Amino acid sequence: MPTTRRLLAAIAAGALSVSLAACATSERDSGSTAAATGGTMVFGAAGAPKNFDPIFNDDGESFRPIRQMYDTLITYKPGTTELSPGLATAWESSPDGKQWTFTIRDGVTFSDGTALDAAAVCANFDRWGTMASEAAQSNMIYYADVFEGFKGSGGIYDSCQANGNKAVLSLTKYKGAFPAAFGLTAFSISSPAALKQYDANNVTQSGDSFAYPAYATDHPTGTGAFTFESYDRTANTITLKRNDNYWGEKAKLDKLVFRVIPDENARKQELTAGTIDGYDLPSPADYASLKSAGQQVLIRDPFNVLYMGINTKNNPALQDIRVRQALAYAIDRQALVQTKLPEGAEVATQFMPQTVEGYASDVQQYAYDPAKAKDLLAQAGATNLTLNFYYPTEVSRPYMPNPTDIFQLIAENLRQVGITVNPVPRPWNGGFKDDVQTAGKQDLHLLGWTGDYNDAGNFIGTFFGRQKPEFGAEDPAMYSEITAADAVVDPAGKKAAYEQANRDLMAKYLPAVPISSSPPAIVVGPSIKGLVPSPLTDERFNTVSKTQS
Amino acid sequence: MLRFIVRRLIQVVPTLLLLSVLLFAWLRSLPGGPAAALLGDKATPEKIAELNTVLGLDQPIPLQYIRFLGRAVTGDFGNSLITGQPVLVEIGRALPATIELAIAALLLSVLLGIPLGYLAARYRGRPLDTTTVIGTLVGVAVPVFFLGYLLKQWFAVDLGWFPPSGRQAVDIDATHVTGFAVLDGLITREFDASWDALVHLVLPAIALATIPLAVIVRITRASVLDVMGSDFVRTANSKGLAPGTVRRRHVLRNALLPVSTTIGLQTGLLLAGAVLTEKVFVWGGLGTLLAQAIERRDYPRLQAVVLLGALVYVLVNLLVDLSYAIIDPRVRVR
Amino acid sequence: MTSLLTRRRTRIDELGGRSLTADALARLRRNPVAIVGAVIIGLFVLISIFAPLIAPHDAAAVFPELQRTLRPDSIPGSMPGFPLGSDQNGRDFFSRLILASRQTLIVGVLATLIGLVFGVLIGALAGAFGGWVDTVLMRVTDVLLSIPSLLLAISIAALAARPSQTTVIIAVALVNVPIFARLLRGAMLAQRDSDHVLAATSLGVKRNAIVVRHMLPNALGPVIVQATLTLATSILDAAALSFLGLGDGDPARAEWGLMLANAQSYLDVRPALAFYPAVAIILVALGFTLLGEAMREAIDPKGRR
Repeated sequence: MPTTRRLLAAIAAGALSVSLAACATSERDSGSTAAATGGTMVFGAAGAPKNFDPIFNDDGESFRPIRQMYDTLITYKPGTTELSPGLATAWESSPDGKQWTFTIRDGVTFSDGTALDAAAVCANFDRWGTMASEAAQSNMIYYADVFEGFKGSGGIYDSCQANGNKAVLSLTKYKGAFPAAFGLTAFSISSPAALKQYDANNVTQSGDSFAYPAYATDHPTGTGAFTFESYDRTANTITLKRNDNYWGEKAKLDKLVFRVIPDENARKQELTAGTIDGYDLPSPADYASLKSAGQQVLIRDPFNVLYMGINTKNNPALQDIRVRQALAYAIDRQALVQTKLPEGAEVATQFMPQTVEGYASDVQQYAYDPAKAKDLLAQAGATNLTLNFYYPTEVSRPYMPNPTDIFQLIAENLRQVGITVNPVPRPWNGGFKDDVQTAGKQDLHLLGWTGDYNDAGNFIGTFFGRQKPEFGAEDPAMYSEITAADAVVDPAGKKAAYEQANRDLMAKYLPAVPISSSPPAIVVGPSIKGLVPSPLTDERFNTVSKTQS
Repeated sequence: MLRFIVRRLIQVVPTLLLLSVLLFAWLRSLPGGPAAALLGDKATPEKIAELNTVLGLDQPIPLQYIRFLGRAVTGDFGNSLITGQPVLVEIGRALPATIELAIAALLLSVLLGIPLGYLAARYRGRPLDTTTVIGTLVGVAVPVFFLGYLLKQWFAVDLGWFPPSGRQAVDIDATHVTGFAVLDGLITREFDASWDALVHLVLPAIALATIPLAVIVRITRASVLDVMGSDFVRTANSKGLAPGTVRRRHVLRNALLPVSTTIGLQTGLLLAGAVLTEKVFVWGGLGTLLAQAIERRDYPRLQAVVLLGALVYVLVNLLVDLSYAIIDPRVRVR
Repeated sequence: MTSLLTRRRTRIDELGGRSLTADALARLRRNPVAIVGAVIIGLFVLISIFAPLIAPHDAAAVFPELQRTLRPDSIPGSMPGFPLGSDQNGRDFFSRLILASRQTLIVGVLATLIGLVFGVLIGALAGAFGGWVDTVLMRVTDVLLSIPSLLLAISIAALAARPSQTTVIIAVALVNVPIFARLLRGAMLAQRDSDHVLAATSLGVKRNAIVVRHMLPNALGPVIVQATLTLATSILDAAALSFLGLGDGDPARAEWGLMLANAQSYLDVRPALAFYPAVAIILVALGFTLLGEAMREAIDPKGRR
């Protein structure tokens, strides 16, 4: 009996292996040994992209591959926040700022072979403005923010007319964010033919989540320097290949691979071992060891601000400006910047970096002065202050490379002036943003912002332009001052209005304490040349080359 | 026997149902929600509230649960909030990775652990015993995430013997058939791919195996010592049976009962251990899915992965109970 | 037959009383493994008791003289007054390392103790009574066990208003409960039909007495082995929670797991910040298991043969 069973098993195993061998042969292409001109660059991404349709995304990990495959009407000059022609060679607005006319570049084709023209651009604006399904709309974060909603429900998009090689965009209201906001990666131009073919608008709700159409998952079609080749979801790698018909400077690399490596130490080790060629946001603690290992740490210009938010709702003592000023005096921001932030970081005197139009050089300063802080607290009768201090974990932001350490230093500063601090750590996506931004449970918290484009409204308008649970009690005077500044059409007047708003924010309102602006870095291996770091993290890899070793 | 198995399988259903209720209530009561995670950095409270309405997350929790159950019965566990992919598809893709890693770790710990534990017991008090016990204990005492880092730093970065992380090199471009990377290479005759996958497997398997290895060594040793001191072994010895026969037929057989419990327990715990190991080695299996789901509050994915893990665990438990009956006739099937 | 059983019962009763403990202690003293383990644990306990006296500085205090040369990619080493130099935030690393022993001890011991008490209770009830009691209890532990321990711990830690030492202890303890329960139940099950239990039953000994006097002591062996390992793993689990950002909410508090987790970003800058707490954890975990192993051999009545 055992012999029979063994025999049967052997026969079954044999048959199985034969049939497997017959049906599953190698799918590999044999031509991969052909001479490589530019080679392959493997970039370590911290997370997987949500999808590849620019309009449905809002995070850096999705935007990085999208930026390589798409272009916007207006782009930013590499390494700066200055505007430069993209798919539009020229643009101008009507005097009232409600109409924008773009001259569309000639001879550009999408990666599906169709031509880019004014009609194609308008088709994109129209698609966004009239997006029908609620599911799709709720994925359009940037659009809803900049265009204030959708057509017929408060949105400022009115129409887009193609007129020869000109696309004319009409808005229902002036918006200070334009023209800079036309350079947002979310507003990249897709091929209307591909959008249609792959059912791009068909975002569906499945249970309590979304399902994205084929266009967003497997068929992104833009005009960029690279085109989509594959997304291997088992190996978690995205492969792009050079677009030989690119209108601008053609890519030097043959292939660009994004490999998802969520763990920071793992990214560093992969780079050191030479299995990847670069990754974003290395920890400042690693700069020295990376450099000594021959890696290139490319520093971006700082275009962000870190602040300690103050929520005045839960603790009435915080409604007294003297208490908030005491907090500002109590924090040794110089020591924090020096010991915790990378070289080039600066103490923030206000809620925007120096390079933004509207920055005021003469705001009220709060130099480190614990005695004065104690004094102010005593004056306000708040000597026994106990505050819930929320800080994020499981995250590293461009403005805040190590939230736990930064929290500890500030908390210790506050303890020294007699404030009791209750630390409340929350995972970034697992409660921190909800608790802080929606529920407003905190008294103090750490948060910051990286600018999307060079506009004061994108900084202080986002923070203090309206009532937010993050900062608690209402301050109508502050809101209206900032909203009024955004509505000024004349550039010089706008700049002056924002400068005044900054002065008042620091002297009269002090809704939070600005801490620092710091330069985030991107690191690449020794064989990589030509990557230009961008303050907006808008790096394009077409200029990158890899020397073969 | 068959009736026993069928009855135990039926008992799995209420376990899973109970788990799904607990899980659902639990996840829904956690701070942070999918809407905040879905919207990312630029989320405003208004957008979050709006999205909660769209997703039906503002409905009463019992109603949400019934809807979830209704879909789950038809095999629809929803789409991942992170990737938008159907969760079951994601699990199908990640499962082979975890099974591959778990098998490697379990093989390593059982094949090494039982002989080591047995030898340690047999040469009790001698250097072999002491070295084995202390060696495995040190392995356990090193936090997995730290051990993983050290393994990578020494064997991957400094020595360059193994790749630091991942399952396969990017330039291998392997053909996926079953999802088991080592097996796929054999099937498609891409032997370099198999080899590459095997090389990637070494460090994470060692990291994951340390704890089960030590536990198996200790339990085997303890239970062999137990049995060796028992009446029936003394009887067998005094009857003049050959020492080898006593060891094989009496000692090992009886000593394996607690060991099999331990292996069963450890198998279930491997999924949990895999969360840390996979995080450190960027493995891309169920542990990675789970860790990401926890971090990003990806409810649909979290539910599906945990329920699946539970199912696997309960089935493994059933196997352990069956193995009791085979190894130890005293535990009769009831 | 009867006389043999009576003798055996008397002997077991005897063991439960005076002689067992004294005997075990005597044998422990002769075992070198026990001595090594006991020395490690003894040192550890002594350090944790006298930590505030040994440590020259406060765990949370930031020192300007350390901060002066502190940069993200360079952490000052030892200097006068600060034998091990600075930690990543300009605090005295030596003091923190010493003070951490106390917190680590509290977390490990409490998490194990709570897990053991509840686990043994559940396992004993299930194993002793069988039937529906067994079914219900094992179903509950199955559910508990079928959630990956980390997720269980994470959920508990995340449910709390703010993660603290208490939430870490409860989370780790809960993970330990089903392990003890399952193990004890297995050991009890194997004995239910064994001779001595059958004999005791036929002698008319009450069920409770059989469970407490005859089954439990014999089932405790594997539980003690497990408990020694659990003491170590509890400390390690707490460290893992810290690694995942769910540790004590106050990172200024000195605890080895927390220090190790928070030093992850500085492994290249000052490996000592991670290595010293790691070595401390490894030593303590080792000490507990060595001592526990020796205790198991000493207490186990079978070990006397």
